Amino acid sequence: MQDASRGSTERPAKQALAGWGRHPVLDCRLMPLHTAEDAQRHLAGAGTTIARGNGRAYGDAALNETLTLSTLGMDRMQRFDAATGLLSCEAGVLLADIIATFVPRGWFPPVVPGTRFVTVGGMIAADVHGKNHHCDGSFGSHVQSLTLLAGDGEVRRCSRTENAALFHATQGGMGLTGIILFATFRLTRIETAYLETETTATQDLAEAMSLFEAEQAAGKDAWPYSVAWLDCLGSGSRRGRCVLSRGRFAAAAALPSRSAPLETATARALRPPWEVLAPFLCQGPMRQFNHLHYALAARQRRSRPKRPALARLEPFFFPLDRLRSWNLAYGARGFVQHQSVLPQAASAAGIAALLREMERAGLRALLAVLKLFGAGSDAPLSFPMPGFTLALDFPMRPETPALLDALDAVVHDHGGRVYLAKDAHLAPLRLRQGYPRLDDFRAVRAKVGSAGKFASALSQRLEL
Amino acid sequence: MTTPPVNPRTALVLGATSDIGRAIARELAREGWHLQLLARDPAGLQREADDLVARNAPHVQTHLLEALSQAGNDSWLDALEPLPDLAVCVIGLLGDQAESERDAVAATQVMRTNFEAPALLFGALATRFAQRGSGMLVGVSSVAGDRGRASNYVYGAAKAGFTAFLSGLRARLATSGVHVVTVKPGFVRTRMTAGMALPDALTASPEAVAHAVSRAVRRRQNVVYVKPIWYLIMLLIRHLPERVFMRLRL
Repeated sequence: MQDASRGSTERPAKQALAGWGRHPVLDCRLMPLHTAEDAQRHLAGAGTTIARGNGRAYGDAALNETLTLSTLGMDRMQRFDAATGLLSCEAGVLLADIIATFVPRGWFPPVVPGTRFVTVGGMIAADVHGKNHHCDGSFGSHVQSLTLLAGDGEVRRCSRTENAALFHATQGGMGLTGIILFATFRLTRIETAYLETETTATQDLAEAMSLFEAEQAAGKDAWPYSVAWLDCLGSGSRRGRCVLSRGRFAAAAALPSRSAPLETATARALRPPWEVLAPFLCQGPMRQFNHLHYALAARQRRSRPKRPALARLEPFFFPLDRLRSWNLAYGARGFVQHQSVLPQAASAAGIAALLREMERAGLRALLAVLKLFGAGSDAPLSFPMPGFTLALDFPMRPETPALLDALDAVVHDHGGRVYLAKDAHLAPLRLRQGYPRLDDFRAVRAKVGSAGKFASALSQRLEL
Repeated sequence: MTTPPVNPRTALVLGATSDIGRAIARELAREGWHLQLLARDPAGLQREADDLVARNAPHVQTHLLEALSQAGNDSWLDALEPLPDLAVCVIGLLGDQAESERDAVAATQVMRTNFEAPALLFGALATRFAQRGSGMLVGVSSVAGDRGRASNYVYGAAKAGFTAFLSGLRARLATSGVHVVTVKPGFVRTRMTAGMALPDALTASPEAVAHAVSRAVRRRQNVVYVKPIWYLIMLLIRHLPERVFMRLRL
């Protein structure tokens, strides 16, 4: 009831801030933005800054100790055209909000990442991909236009025909071209909030990869959504076995009960006592979990029903959203995710090498996810390119950085690159090797005065 | 999702660009209400209206209202078509207690924004509602009005005035078909409280306030504490003997 604790809103106190992996943690001044005018006003001050959405980038992408600008207050939708599916909104609108608002009306975002707790601005800045990348590309391919506040203080509308270079540089640009204020992108029609799914347990990695490739050859109609879970903890013949899960939106006629095909479920998220559980989530129990997960999928394969299974869209797309604050499960030091993509021809050898490095280090990923990307985009810093992507979660331990170095070297040797939205460790040299169009990006950034203005712990580490 | 009313009813939101006003407008739109949004900032008002329409609000009107200068005459009320079935007032200003102690202009602003303007606006609406024989008025007051505390008694006194006004209005209209609801939110996480260290257990979201307003309308409740714990806290605070209370730094 005391009002003495009231802080000045013009110069907020420093607070410990981190990405989703909770490593690194930096003392940052976090300023909330409520309107585009707020953004312009705070940009005018001295020093560097970076925009932050919902803080779901894993590493240090949305941290700036001098000034971090939170866009969460810029969460208004502006216009929706039901004839074209085009939605215009402010950059701080959460994907969860879009899903809750539009799924009941029969619309779904064209691309969704593994969590719905991300902002539109964050999805563009990281050029996020989803389980449908092989069919529909990354989020940026569905953005029609965006409005950017650049370092020179100008507000520019950017699209494929207007400020095109800036438009592309902003997609995957990690907020370094400026602050995304508004965006317009297309939603797609759905008949139901359910997916037909198929789960396949494979003996080894090669079998999973060939299934992905066969599906890609089959085209869009078969399974637009696919992803595989990879067991990195098993030994002997269990190593490298996968559970491939695929899905497609179900037509209304495919539902047994047609009463409310688009009704959204509001299942309460669980918040397990991570602080207590964390010490137990090490390799031993996780190995048992993996074993169980695989065994269930394999059993399903044997007794495969004639019709595909039905799953609600929330658990299918966002399984971990049901566990609130699951990032605490890795304990006080946090965790890192290493996500890389390797050119298709080099994928098999490259992934085998990545698994070998983990084994050598004695630190194996508790969670590993595999997926085949389709064509890349025109954005110079966009992550996806044709080939397999592998995401590996590691607890942050003293030996973790050395392993990450080794993994980065493997990725480089096979002509791949690392995803900056997950990254907290990459070296500048590796960035240049992985993103050959880095100089294009730098040139566009410099041209609008954003080079000296927008910086994050990530950009400083990578000398971007 | 609640089913929309058969005959769409109209709700008026006074102070529609505040965080709580916005949350209430969204909740009512979801329930099928037609909306009349009133606030003084044209750009902010348009922004909220666009947001509501994009989210499928059935019908949204906007009207500019400078509450402090316009509350005294009925011209703003004449501009409303139709006369709403429900009016919710979230107009308020927290101000700064220390500044209100030093500066009479600042204190006047807090008193007028939290008491004078809402009371006059509701008084005018109440008369029209009573003539028609139906309607509901929901005033968002504050737990701060339950007892004047050293830390924010200027704001608290104005809110106490509004609470008393709503209570009297409710009694006056009890047999006229018009109902009056008093809502006391407690701490709410909004721009008004940005930068304050608020205890989570005592702090509501704007959405929770909106939910409480909607429920109070459905159930024709009289006085609502958004978080029930605040009822107990204020019960205790109200009953502390003055000799004890005056020595507490609350």
